[in-house]
Amino acid sequence: MQLELGHIEVKDVQFGAKTEFRNGTVFINKNELLEILKNEHFSKIELDIVHPGDAVRICPVKDVLEPRVKIAGSGQIFPGYFGNAEMVGSGRTHVLKGMTVLTVGTIVGFQEGIIDMSGPGAEYTPFSKTINLVISADKKEGLFQHEHEAALRHTGLKAARYVAEAARNAEPDQISTFETRPLSEQLNQYPDLPRVAYVYMLQTQGLMHDTYLYGVDVKSILPTFMYPTEVMDGAIISGNCVSACDKNTTYHHLNNPVIDDLFARHGKDLSFVGVVVTNENVTLLDKERSSSFTAKLVEGLKVDGVIISEEGFGNPDADLIMNCKKIEALGIKTVLITDEYAGRDGASQSLADGHPLANAIVSGGNANATIDLPPMGKIIGHIDAVNIIAGGFDGALKKDGSITVEIQAITGATNELGFNQMGAIEF
Amino acid sequence: MAEIRVVHYLNQFFGQIGGEEKADITPFSQEGTVGPGTALQKELANDIKIVGTVICGDTYFNENIETAADKITSLVAGFKPDILIAGPAFNAGRYGMACGAVCKAVHEKLTIPVVTGMYEENPGADMYKKDVYIVKTGNSAAQMRKAIPALAKLAMRLVWGEVLGSSAEEGYLARGVRKNVFHKQRGSARAVAMLLQKIKGETFVTEYPMPVFDRVSPRSAIKDLSKAKLALVTSGGIVPKGNPDHIESSSASKFGRYDITGVNDLTKETYETAHGGYDPVYANEDADRVLPVDVLRQLEKEKAIGNLHNFYYATVGNGTSIANSKKYAHAIGEELKQEKVDGIILTST
Repeated sequence: MQLELGHIEVKDVQFGAKTEFRNGTVFINKNELLEILKNEHFSKIELDIVHPGDAVRICPVKDVLEPRVKIAGSGQIFPGYFGNAEMVGSGRTHVLKGMTVLTVGTIVGFQEGIIDMSGPGAEYTPFSKTINLVISADKKEGLFQHEHEAALRHTGLKAARYVAEAARNAEPDQISTFETRPLSEQLNQYPDLPRVAYVYMLQTQGLMHDTYLYGVDVKSILPTFMYPTEVMDGAIISGNCVSACDKNTTYHHLNNPVIDDLFARHGKDLSFVGVVVTNENVTLLDKERSSSFTAKLVEGLKVDGVIISEEGFGNPDADLIMNCKKIEALGIKTVLITDEYAGRDGASQSLADGHPLANAIVSGGNANATIDLPPMGKIIGHIDAVNIIAGGFDGALKKDGSITVEIQAITGATNELGFNQMGAIEF
Repeated sequence: MAEIRVVHYLNQFFGQIGGEEKADITPFSQEGTVGPGTALQKELANDIKIVGTVICGDTYFNENIETAADKITSLVAGFKPDILIAGPAFNAGRYGMACGAVCKAVHEKLTIPVVTGMYEENPGADMYKKDVYIVKTGNSAAQMRKAIPALAKLAMRLVWGEVLGSSAEEGYLARGVRKNVFHKQRGSARAVAMLLQKIKGETFVTEYPMPVFDRVSPRSAIKDLSKAKLALVTSGGIVPKGNPDHIESSSASKFGRYDITGVNDLTKETYETAHGGYDPVYANEDADRVLPVDVLRQLEKEKAIGNLHNFYYATVGNGTSIANSKKYAHAIGEELKQEKVDGIILTST
């Protein structure tokens, strides 16, 4: 399966009379977009555009998406929504690079995150470096949380899809081509290189901790094989409200760095044969079933090693270790990417589970480390959520608008796909 | 510029008082350097001076931790130091415990930086690495030539108030504190590199060393106890009166094998405890409380068990390193296997 990904560099985003891409700027017709996003579940929707360096704080952030549009090849971006579930990952896709679509709204109340566009907090999120179209949606009275989550999820997908149309006829600044062949061909393409696969664990703890594959709730799937390029077309989207620091936003899924970095070395010093996606269900039976099934699929790929990325912490640490143990038992080497919850002093045990076979770990950092965020000129959203969001605490938000909070509350801070340079080491 | 004042802590051996026979000396101080302090002084910058040395016997310290630590802290304070350097203790367990405890007490009371040096398996390291900077050393005094400069270097960084880097960078034992850092590459790239190293069998360094939870799988139960030969092994320190093998009250360097042929009951005239980690009164009155020879002889008589092996093994489990525990267990296990023992009752405290 081969995909050409065309990056269109976005230098600015502005509201304008017509939604289009012109001279490096994405113009968005505000009223037209608001009309499309109008929803019986929302009492109010507002749109804002923020730039890197702005004295703006956005909270609580639900999801971050990237505008992408399918130019050629089967299916459409975010398959399984909008009535089309055809297979994606081939042909050509355009990406508006340098901007995001961001959804904001108090859903669970204690799981969404903060994005600061400037100041010390900006160091900890990748989204302080992108131009963000922020959609704040307030829900109507009486709406259930899961209905609100679904409504906001669909809002983000619709908005990203709408904005992405501006890229349809734009000339990409850069085109990259990615190809994975069917397994038997792929195994023979680079016979002398070590064969590697990627085990992609997805958050599926339920109760608004969910992820969707071609529109299907990943809680209900058995682990399965995917071509890496399918992910680039939005086959996996985020529906979860878990701790902001290690939640994979839809943007993270679209820009999966493990897939990027494996492709970068594909044919050079490794052969990247494909992706196995699996879930993180909460029952022991499901955990055993999924990890055994994953190990079986990995064995069938005849690989020398796998990278396993986790999403979330605590309960899914058990899944991570099960996947590791069972795959290592097959003689296949593993490297795990996870983050840590070592307490505010960094002295507690970082993971809830462990095993001597998990001897190769890359860390996204200690999520419990605290940070002082200065007051910000403008707040988009509802800032008092800070007092209760995970990583926040009663009194986290001070009278002057400054905040002391764990980096757990910052969107993407300790991402377990290895998106960031931040990690943790032993002192 | 005023000179920086250092106090050095040593045990009876490095303090040039004597060997094991002098391990019970009480703390005292003297001006200037003693023993390895001379070499240590040479490694310190010109304006840093070891003004005094405090010496204490390892046995005395470990059997009187609080009073000894208090006394030593006062002696140290008398020199008005800017920093305390203790040891290095290498793998000597009681010395390591003393160095760790002294450093901790002095740091808490006098709020000056403290530093010591030990081998990573020293029980003092496990006990104190979170409270005190411990420079990583080799496992014996034969490595003194390497340990002294390393100890001096970290001491200087501490007394100059420099911000220390990670344990790997600075050469101190990891304190189990995780701190966030920004690497040059993103995590996914680091993961791909690490995987290739692992696949190729090259050395790689995990970013999070997994804590080790040692698990021993139980053997299957003895089917018929009335036919079984059982042996007693204890880490509770029960030894014949007088402790003929001089098993140490903590950080035991050995185990003993003792003949109990014809012994049906342990009495205060014939047995005692060598263990320094619990109040010895009740064990000294009746050592059966820790090593139940009387009960097993009774069961033997009743034919509830086949018989009690005529030798028991004992060591002191107080501050014994995991490495040593494993070593003794293997040795004892081998001997009991030769003796065709079916089961072991292991008592501890």
